[in-house]
Amino acid sequence: MTAQVPAERRRRSRGGRGEQLMVPDADFRSYHDRPIIKPPVWKVPDVPAYLYLGGTAGVAASLAALADLTGRAGLRRSGRLVAAGGAVTSVAFLIHDLGRPERFLNMMRVIKPTSPLSVGSWILAPFGTATGAAAASEVTGLLPGAGRVAGLAGGVLGPAMTTYTAVLLADTAVPGWHEAYRELPFVFAGSALAAGGGSALVAGHGDGPPRRVAVAGAALELAATHRLETAIGMSAHAYRTGRAGRVLRAARAATVAGVAAALAGPVVDRVGRRSPRRRRLLDAAAGLLLNAGSAATRWGVFDAGMATAWDPAYTVVPQRERLAAREAGDGSAPGATVDR
Amino acid sequence: MGANSWYGPLADPSADAGYGADHPERVGFFTDTSVCIGCKACEVACKEWNALPADGVAEQGAGGDVLGMAGMGYDNTGGLGASTYRHVAFVEQRVPATRSAQTDLDMPSMDLPGAVTSGEDRGDATEVRWLMSSDVCKHCTHAACLDVCPTGSLIRTEHGTVLVQEDICNGCGYCIPACPYGVIDQRKGDGRAFKCTMCQDRLGAGLQPACATACPTESIQFGPLDELRARADERLASLQEQGVTEARLYGHDQDDGVGGDGAFFLLLDEPEVYGLPPDPVVTTRDLPSMWRHAAAAALTVAATVGAAFLGGRR
Repeated sequence: MTAQVPAERRRRSRGGRGEQLMVPDADFRSYHDRPIIKPPVWKVPDVPAYLYLGGTAGVAASLAALADLTGRAGLRRSGRLVAAGGAVTSVAFLIHDLGRPERFLNMMRVIKPTSPLSVGSWILAPFGTATGAAAASEVTGLLPGAGRVAGLAGGVLGPAMTTYTAVLLADTAVPGWHEAYRELPFVFAGSALAAGGGSALVAGHGDGPPRRVAVAGAALELAATHRLETAIGMSAHAYRTGRAGRVLRAARAATVAGVAAALAGPVVDRVGRRSPRRRRLLDAAAGLLLNAGSAATRWGVFDAGMATAWDPAYTVVPQRERLAAREAGDGSAPGATVDR
Repeated sequence: MGANSWYGPLADPSADAGYGADHPERVGFFTDTSVCIGCKACEVACKEWNALPADGVAEQGAGGDVLGMAGMGYDNTGGLGASTYRHVAFVEQRVPATRSAQTDLDMPSMDLPGAVTSGEDRGDATEVRWLMSSDVCKHCTHAACLDVCPTGSLIRTEHGTVLVQEDICNGCGYCIPACPYGVIDQRKGDGRAFKCTMCQDRLGAGLQPACATACPTESIQFGPLDELRARADERLASLQEQGVTEARLYGHDQDDGVGGDGAFFLLLDEPEVYGLPPDPVVTTRDLPSMWRHAAAAALTVAATVGAAFLGGRR
């Protein structure tokens, strides 16, 4: 449990101890400033790392599958290794975060569509198996046919790996995550594309598709995160302020720099004298920056949600607004989201 | 499963969960906070019957000093948690002196005889009133904790309550932020999630839950939910008639965001004053839309990767 009471304290509407304003124009009442919902017990870095690695592995698996079909052996190899490594590490983080790690297999006890973690486990388990088998075949050179089938299966499951984690966070009472349920899947999709494409750039197989994937993903990541920070109502404040705000600003800087470096390689080659060594370094820097940006985006999203869980204003004020709108007679259902 | 399995009014959640027609009727709590005296007998009885370990305010995230004092008036419990299934909230308020309804108990008065008439406007005078309320798991008709549990550890019981099967729980922690009321939590040093069981082991033997049994003022009432709802309506009407206009029911409405609570309350102020959410909604209501958005985003990923290969075949 690394969650902490927000460093910035907030104004109390009643009962004093008025300090720094955290949420502007928030007049609300609370029970001794206590959070209303229980902040998640999920740990850092376990859960942000699980989100980041799962997404990266998903895109890497899809890249590897298409590389296999189009005869790009280098990209196939690096993609398979990143996919398997990411899947295994991601599972390790997930298990480490459990209160009873030895009972991990209880995740496979039922299949529940109402539980994103159950659905996720049933995506992650076959994905991990398929990408693991493809990577094993790649490294040993054994059973290339089976390796190809496994790699294609992993590639098909890859896109699902990138976005189910967004539902995992959104399907909670945490205001900063729940209110973002329309935007989060696209943030995570973009973040995964940037990191997955970036991993191929680091491996030196970035020319062609991976570079395009990385740049397109980074653009989606930046656009969707911007929407998250501006369009989701009161919780957007948590994405712009505090530690989450700083982490997300750092993520944006890293992603922008990564895109610049990813585009610089081919451009510099075209205008100047070709230098494979310079190109290799630029690509590696681009890939690392995009991966750092992706990981930081996940961490920032996680942190912003934690901030909204700790501060009762994020729970009370929007719910009060909903009730007021309902009493004003617009006939909206309980909990209806205010139009945006 | 039916049309309102995930959201909306649902008369019989046990039947919806698959129990046969012969299952017991749905039971619950009606906590009438207007007669709560803050004795905490419910907290103690619950701890004793369920053999709950000591915890303290620090564990509820409320900080606390070296003596385990929360600095929250008479409340040093802090809140509901993995080892606290009943929590008595204490709220101290300064209110206009006429606001509280006065009941003549033939007790000696603090003022000169005849100086104060019950309910009379005393100008700017204020007085302190205490609100006390014994909080508990709401045993929602649509329980988000149960919906998101990936192991099937959380179940709907034959009594219509929500129960954690501790031999299944693997401590993933998903139920904790899913609960719109902040009830369920992870027990430190154990790793699993715990919450009120409505004394499942007593229900089977025809007994009332320990808290309701211990409550000396019948602030905590246990019984068939339909009966409790009728009783609550009567009590509310009676209080309103006595001039307690601030009295209101919380969690009794089957059209609310969680389909109504199995444990509901009569409150004397807004819910958030007691630490309760004013308009809770089961997160599962929006889950179909979440899956659609995630599917669209996943297809975007697939299309982006695919297009990148189409773009420049070598």
